[in-house]
Amino acid sequence: MLICTWLLLVCSVGETAADLYVKGASVPPEPSRTPSRSSPEEYGNPGSAVARSAEAPAPTAEDGASPRHGGGYRIVQWEWSYVQTPYIIALWLLVASVAKILFHFSQRFTTLVPESCVLILLGLVLGGIVLFASKKQLYQLDPGLFFLFLLPTIVGDAGYFMPARLFFDNLGAILMYAVVGTLWNAFCTGFCLYGVKLAGVIDDRVEAGLMDFLLFGALISAVDPVAVIAVFEEVHVNEMLFIIVFGESLLNDAVTVVLYKVYISFVEVGPGNVHTADYFKGVVSFLVVSLGGTLVGLVFAMILAFVTRFTKRVRIMEPLLVFLLVYLAYLTAELFSLSAILSMTFCGLGCNKYVEANISQKSRTTVKYTMKTLASIAETIIFIFLGISAVDKSKWAWDTGLIVCTLIFIFVFRAIGVAGQTWILNKFRLVPLDKIDQVVMSYGGLRGAVAFALVVLLDGGQVKAKDYFVAATIVVVFFTVMFQGLTIKPLVTWLKVPRSTNRKPTVNEEIHERAFDHILAAVEDIAGLNGYHHWRDKWEHFDRNYLSKMLMRKSVYGKSELWEACQKINIRDAISVIDQGGNVLTSARLSLPSMVSRASFPEVTNVTNYLRENGSGVCLDLQAIDTNPGAKVEEETETHRVLAGNLYKPRRRYQAHYSRHFMTVRDQERQEREVFQRNMRSRLESFKSTQYKRHKKDRSQKKRKGSDAKEQDANDKPRRNVSWHDKDPVVVPLESEEEMGEHSEKEEDVGIVFVARKTSETPKERPSSVSAALEVCQSPSVAPPSPTCGEKNLPWKGGVGVLPPCVSVEATKIIPVDLQQAWNQSISSLESLSSPPVPQEPQHPRVSALSRLGGPLRPAAAGQGGSGTGPTPLTSRQFQFPGGKEEEESALSLHLQEVQPLMSSMRPPSSTTQIPGKRRNPRMYLRSLVTTPPSAREPKSRGPTQL
Amino acid sequence: MGSRASSLLREEDIEEIKKETGFSHSQITRLYSRFHSLDKGENGALSREDFQRIPELAINPLGDRIINAFFPEGEDQVNFRGFMRTLAHFRPVEDNEKNKDPNSGEPLNSRNNKLLFAFRLYDLDRDDKISRDELLQVLRMMVGVNISDEQLGSIADRTIQEADTNGDMSISFSEFIKVLEKVDVEQKMSIRFLH
Repeated sequence: MLICTWLLLVCSVGETAADLYVKGASVPPEPSRTPSRSSPEEYGNPGSAVARSAEAPAPTAEDGASPRHGGGYRIVQWEWSYVQTPYIIALWLLVASVAKILFHFSQRFTTLVPESCVLILLGLVLGGIVLFASKKQLYQLDPGLFFLFLLPTIVGDAGYFMPARLFFDNLGAILMYAVVGTLWNAFCTGFCLYGVKLAGVIDDRVEAGLMDFLLFGALISAVDPVAVIAVFEEVHVNEMLFIIVFGESLLNDAVTVVLYKVYISFVEVGPGNVHTADYFKGVVSFLVVSLGGTLVGLVFAMILAFVTRFTKRVRIMEPLLVFLLVYLAYLTAELFSLSAILSMTFCGLGCNKYVEANISQKSRTTVKYTMKTLASIAETIIFIFLGISAVDKSKWAWDTGLIVCTLIFIFVFRAIGVAGQTWILNKFRLVPLDKIDQVVMSYGGLRGAVAFALVVLLDGGQVKAKDYFVAATIVVVFFTVMFQGLTIKPLVTWLKVPRSTNRKPTVNEEIHERAFDHILAAVEDIAGLNGYHHWRDKWEHFDRNYLSKMLMRKSVYGKSELWEACQKINIRDAISVIDQGGNVLTSARLSLPSMVSRASFPEVTNVTNYLRENGSGVCLDLQAIDTNPGAKVEEETETHRVLAGNLYKPRRRYQAHYSRHFMTVRDQERQEREVFQRNMRSRLESFKSTQYKRHKKDRSQKKRKGSDAKEQDANDKPRRNVSWHDKDPVVVPLESEEEMGEHSEKEEDVGIVFVARKTSETPKERPSSVSAALEVCQSPSVAPPSPTCGEKNLPWKGGVGVLPPCVSVEATKIIPVDLQQAWNQSISSLESLSSPPVPQEPQHPRVSALSRLGGPLRPAAAGQGGSGTGPTPLTSRQFQFPGGKEEEESALSLHLQEVQPLMSSMRPPSSTTQIPGKRRNPRMYLRSLVTTPPSAREPKSRGPTQL
Repeated sequence: MGSRASSLLREEDIEEIKKETGFSHSQITRLYSRFHSLDKGENGALSREDFQRIPELAINPLGDRIINAFFPEGEDQVNFRGFMRTLAHFRPVEDNEKNKDPNSGEPLNSRNNKLLFAFRLYDLDRDDKISRDELLQVLRMMVGVNISDEQLGSIADRTIQEADTNGDMSISFSEFIKVLEKVDVEQKMSIRFLH
């Protein structure tokens, strides 16, 4: 808080230099910092500075640079007026950021109090200080600033990262609440306030007629997106509840804008001159504003998507384009006085799919981070400024009757409105909104900065009671954000509202729920229910055939196969770079052995940076920016990542997640074709098998795949006719296999070698390609003989899937021979550190399973392992489970036998095509032997499974 | 199982189905017209081919499994009654049903029956256990091709390990229920049938 105080003082230095020095006495570091840039005389004589700046507050720059201090060239000049505006802005941002950081120091505090409350309080304090210091309020939430800069950042983020499916799934409810609910609130609040005024509860000083109250009702009734995000994000109610309240807060903008404008014009012409036609104009205006805003947004979304199609050679422009066009959508809507929020929301919503497909991974990350950062800071500033603005007593006038009535009315009508609308909606919803949901929705109707900015915008000349309205708005905003924001969490807990749990779903839940969704989709298709899903399918058809074709890059659109191969290629590229980079590293002589320790992550990243700066041009940091390397890596993470990335998305009820502060990676819809192929293939198989009376195939464990189950079924029952045109689906897989073949050829070019990471139980089957594996790193025989057992204990081994470790692993192999000894020493010391008591050693079967998931990410390790374990070949026993389950082991070992050393060149791509049972992904089994413990160490550390 | 050959829906059939499945009268007639339109052979029963003709099912990863679930053991025809019985699993649980007479047996759309339906999709050999292989098959269906057998295997291992409480390296139905006890099955296994 102290820091904030002096920062605030710094930023007010221009106008209030006098007070700066008054305060400066209490805050020692302050004067020494700022004036140090000015002349020593001035610093030595603060009194004169006080006097001078007191007479001319604004152009303080003259103080320092003024010729009064004697002529001649001055080495240091005080150029305040030159930097003033950006400096103050930057300092405000700094204040906001520091406040946020400080606030998040205390975990327990954060869970109790919503951030917005603290920020408003901070704003109140800061405003009080400024007011005390300068006797007048210098800062307040300027509507222009708010509507042109702060609000767009938040809405842009909200629109772009809106979980589209969840949004459209609940669109009916959202629209209902946004339009009907807001209208209801506005009218009821307005009329009732007028009634109360007539009844004499509101003081006579409040000179307001019916139109004024209706105007006030309109601006106070809209649920505020900023406040809703700020509060609900911390409450973690379930997604459905969140999207309904949040969507409402975004979409009600059109209603608010129209009502506000209509009433303003009514107030201007006077209520007597309003004709019936004007009401119809109001309705038409609503349609124009809302639909027009939406249309503008969608047009910009299409432009944006179309433009990003052609940024292949200037990837660096992609993030900027996204920001620019989304912002332009907002401004254009403002230009035509349409609903800017709607425009921006739909722009983000519409472009997201295509843009995300078109732009590069790095750009995606950049867009995400920048948007989230901007939105976060804008929100912080809004709340601080709300607090500051409230302090200024000259802007508002208090009337208890008005304020109390407003509070009661908005709360009561919100509750009634929600209940009534929910009652209607529940007749049409599969998942009815129960009482508890309604309570939360009523209680979550937070008002915020939009209302405040609108009320400040009012013309005091026409709306006589403006000051009273400002006061009422401030109180309402503070009450809803602070009191309701503070109490909604306990309320939600108390009512046992289903929360969006932070608990990650278990693997089981994830798989089975996904299965449920597929089941439901299929049952709907069978039952022939074509309501919402039917139209969505139609839309998707249109999207696939026209929109995507036009808006997506050919490479993205044409080859959905490419998408799934994307990650593989990425990784392969990374490997090849590391391969080349290895030599570079050697010459760079980085002190690699120190990488063994966990604390040395910065160096690892340095290596990555080093490679990147060398112009390799490949994406090494797939998700590096998201990963906190030092953090404890949970063992489940990788499984979930793989599942999330690869499980087919069902048509409905996908896992949607919206949060401003966390990001999820989107996947593309390539699944349909795959599934289609597979289904058709299996149908064809079963068809063939029945036709030729083929009997049970060789049913070795090896060939067990998903298809044989259906074969079994179909073997028993003859088919009458196969209705599906079988020819086409068969052709398609062939094509795809050829593509796969191409990939493997690419691998060949790169010189990557397929190496088995495991041998079967017989020792003779050690990897035959050890030397080949070593060629990968082009520095044979450097790998120390025993690092595998050490390496598997390396702490950073836990970070499966993180690429920097991969680099480091690779790097270990290019250590010059003279460093080898040091390396070994550090390894052994590490070994002693991390042996028995560590509960989650890689020996743990699950962890080793995880490491398998991270497979191709760690090619070097495999190569190294190949050389390292030459003398003592591994057995597959490392996968034995604690209890020593025989059947499991045998199943596994059989499974492992399948994984034989294979070179890509030895495997002709087409050979895999025909037999689905044998079809194998020609991907690299370059894998970390480092995580597979040698049998010698096994018994020691194989503890009971922790589940 | 009387109405195998008849193409017309008789009132008493509707009553029986209503009693058995809990569908409303209009839902039954609506679904019957769907049944009829699926029935290309016009013999009052659906075959596998009839189901496979639904285009969306061809792109559903579990499509064939779900088709199989409609057919009673050992048969390759399903009549309207059976069709409705399977669909009844997905009827949402209504509030007034929760405390309706418990004597009349468990309704088809109870939580357990919904789970059992899902369980049967995995359990191909009907030994009331999901073995690792059975799980792997389903996983393979649901997962893209760019996930290796090995990775999939490890996922299957994790899944079984997580659910397996008695250490037989397979998931029994009780374990299946246990592992999904936190999931809102009533909601996630229901669709809205039009009234």
